[in-house]
Amino acid sequence: MAALDDVQVKEGVDQETVEAVQSVGGKYKYGFETDIEIEYAPKGLNEDIVRLISEKNGEPEWMLEWRLAAYRRWLQMDEPDWAMVDYPEIDFQDQYYYARPKSMVEKPKSLDEVDPKLLETYEKLGIPLKEQALLAGVEAPEEDRRVAVDAVFDSVSVGTTFKDELAKAGVIFCSISEAIQDHPELVKKYLGSVVPQSDNYYATLNSAVFSDGSFVYIPEGTKCPMELSTYFRINAENTGQFERTLIIADKGAYVSYLEGCTAPQRDVAQLHAAVVELVLLEDSEIKYSTVQNWYPGDEDGKGGIYNFVTKRADCRGDRSKVMWTQVETGSAVTWKYPSCILRGDDSQGEFYSIAIANNMQQADTGTKMVHLGKNTKSRIVSKGISAGKAQNTYRGLVSMHPKAQNARNYTQCDSLLIGDKCGAHTVPYIEVKNNSARVEHEATTSKVDDDQLFYCRQRGMDEEEAVALVVNGFCKDVLQALPMEFAMEAQALVAISLEGSVG
Amino acid sequence: MLEIKNLHVGLEEEDKQILKGVNLTVETGKVHAIMGPNGSGKSTLSYVLSGKDGYEVTDGSAELQGVDVLDMEPEERAAAGLFLAFQYPVEIPGVGNMTFLRTAVNAQRKARGEEELSAAEFLKVVRAKAKSLKIDADMLKRPVNVGFSGGEKKRNEILQMAMLEPKMCILDETDSGLDVDAMKLVAEGVNALRDAGRSFLVITHYQRLLDHIKPDVVHIMADGKIVKTGGPELALEVENNGYADILAEVA
Ligand SMILES: Nc1ncnc2c1ncn2[C@@H]1O[C@H](COP(=O)(O)OP(=O)(O)O)[C@@H](O)[C@H]1O
Ligand SMILES: [Mg+2]
Repeated sequence: MAALDDVQVKEGVDQETVEAVQSVGGKYKYGFETDIEIEYAPKGLNEDIVRLISEKNGEPEWMLEWRLAAYRRWLQMDEPDWAMVDYPEIDFQDQYYYARPKSMVEKPKSLDEVDPKLLETYEKLGIPLKEQALLAGVEAPEEDRRVAVDAVFDSVSVGTTFKDELAKAGVIFCSISEAIQDHPELVKKYLGSVVPQSDNYYATLNSAVFSDGSFVYIPEGTKCPMELSTYFRINAENTGQFERTLIIADKGAYVSYLEGCTAPQRDVAQLHAAVVELVLLEDSEIKYSTVQNWYPGDEDGKGGIYNFVTKRADCRGDRSKVMWTQVETGSAVTWKYPSCILRGDDSQGEFYSIAIANNMQQADTGTKMVHLGKNTKSRIVSKGISAGKAQNTYRGLVSMHPKAQNARNYTQCDSLLIGDKCGAHTVPYIEVKNNSARVEHEATTSKVDDDQLFYCRQRGMDEEEAVALVVNGFCKDVLQALPMEFAMEAQALVAISLEGSVG
Repeated sequence: MLEIKNLHVGLEEEDKQILKGVNLTVETGKVHAIMGPNGSGKSTLSYVLSGKDGYEVTDGSAELQGVDVLDMEPEERAAAGLFLAFQYPVEIPGVGNMTFLRTAVNAQRKARGEEELSAAEFLKVVRAKAKSLKIDADMLKRPVNVGFSGGEKKRNEILQMAMLEPKMCILDETDSGLDVDAMKLVAEGVNALRDAGRSFLVITHYQRLLDHIKPDVVHIMADGKIVKTGGPELALEVENNGYADILAEVA
């Protein structure tokens, strides 16, 4: 396994333009804090904390044992250092591992009973927790496109909408803590079956201390009647968020799932280490879309979220199909490689990614396509945008195993540079152990063109609008892969996250 | 409408003077043409008026309806009614022509404190205007200028002009590279916009465009200056005898 190329391109853009726009300053629109009483577990991490989290969630003994095994394993592991990211050492004893609003201690029976301050927070973020509402910023479409939401606030799920209606279709959509209590047979069978406890440092940490997250089960032959989504909000200070998501698509099932995240603007960095597991049985399909907008830190790199995430889909069944789409605009440091294990014959994996790094942000992201079965296909479209002093790395593995007869991969990896102080890197790893397999890789690096910007401005757009338009054009292939509501939100987000970037 | 006085312009990066004292006044509702040999500074004049980076104004002024434009941002000049049809229209991959147009129209409306056009209103207007320029639905959907033929690019410039309804239109060699039919379409597009409140500055090499867009005044530019000004007959003189005679005469 070797990096085929590692290109760093830095090119000049008119300095005056860069300065002019920088003076406007970047703005993060979700940096507010919700002022509520919070119950914390004591600071630091040890077996007692793991026990406490399990107890707070009212978990059965087997779950506690599972967590403790992960914790003991974690103690023997080292933090990975191979990614092209650089951050101060994390003191794992100097933070909280559990924080929940006091009003959530006695779990509300329905959303009507949830603390209005919490509901207000989601309203402010544009997340509908009323059952007829739509995602914010979208004009009501002709047909009724509803989205069910699981809202996770710090360590707990605040509530899940459309549960009853989904239940009628046989779909289970609830928080993972509820699933552990109500559907232990499913959780026992699948939890950790895609991302094993010992997978990697952060995944193992997550296995020990995850507090909440979403659980989805789509029964055989069922097309989920609406889009599902989870909205993660970090609010508490000095608190890590460790959510765990498990989605199971049974034979012939289909679901489209959306995930969004934001956090307050703070000077001190915060850790977020999530694990997402997708299980796909025969002929099933999962579309998983993420708009990641954690607080990125300020222009000088102060604060922000360290986003260390393990996401993996296991296409166990023949002809199953998974599609990861991600728009990564936030976080100070991102370390994330949503992957596909193409185990079933004729299974397919797709990965569409937009990663924007501005100011001092660092992103090391990509995917792994592991072709195990016959006729498996994968497609990777990655668009990396670097601005300010940011470093943006695409790291991707395509692996064709000996049994992957006639497997195919196509990778398109484009980088766009804004200004002359940022970096773009492409690190593809390719392993082919079957002669009939084919792998195609294309990569480009370009910079935002002054002539394009002038053309837009001559037509009346201001500089930031022009940059956003050009960048959105660059990302079009990926934006098109998003569900409609998210595509619009993502476009707006591209514009916002590039504010104060360029020229 | 447009009043340029003693305009001196050099390059920012190197010590080179391009415009050496341009004086030009375009009255409201009039069409002026500028002709001149290659490299005389015609495109530079259009870029400096619209605010492109890389040039330095060392002396002189340029006012649009009595307001100095040289200190304004390009988008402010656009909102004030200045439009440039580019000699080489720029490609913007991934951005639909329609999206581009709508973003531009609404940006200008917003800058002027007007209400933005809704998607439906916009669509109606753009379809009508595109039709008269023989721009089909497909061309409206395609990314801006990407894979457009020379003629398509120039018609697209005129469509943008028609949508933005500027007060001062500068056309930089909009006719070059066009066949006769395409040129007629472009000229018709321009003529349809002629109006008592709108002025044009048409930069061209050839008399033939001026057969279709009848200018009120013709200027000859050479080596960074307007060296001669006259009526439409001046364009015919250039067509018949080239620039040599005129340049010799003023030298
Ligand atoms: N950005 C530039 N860099 C270098 N030279 C330039 C630049 N812009 C214009 N020039 C030079 O200035 C002169 C005038 O150019 P231009 O305005 O394009 O003339 P025209 O449009 O009349 O053909 C030419 O000699 C050209 O090479
Ligand atoms: Mg020219």
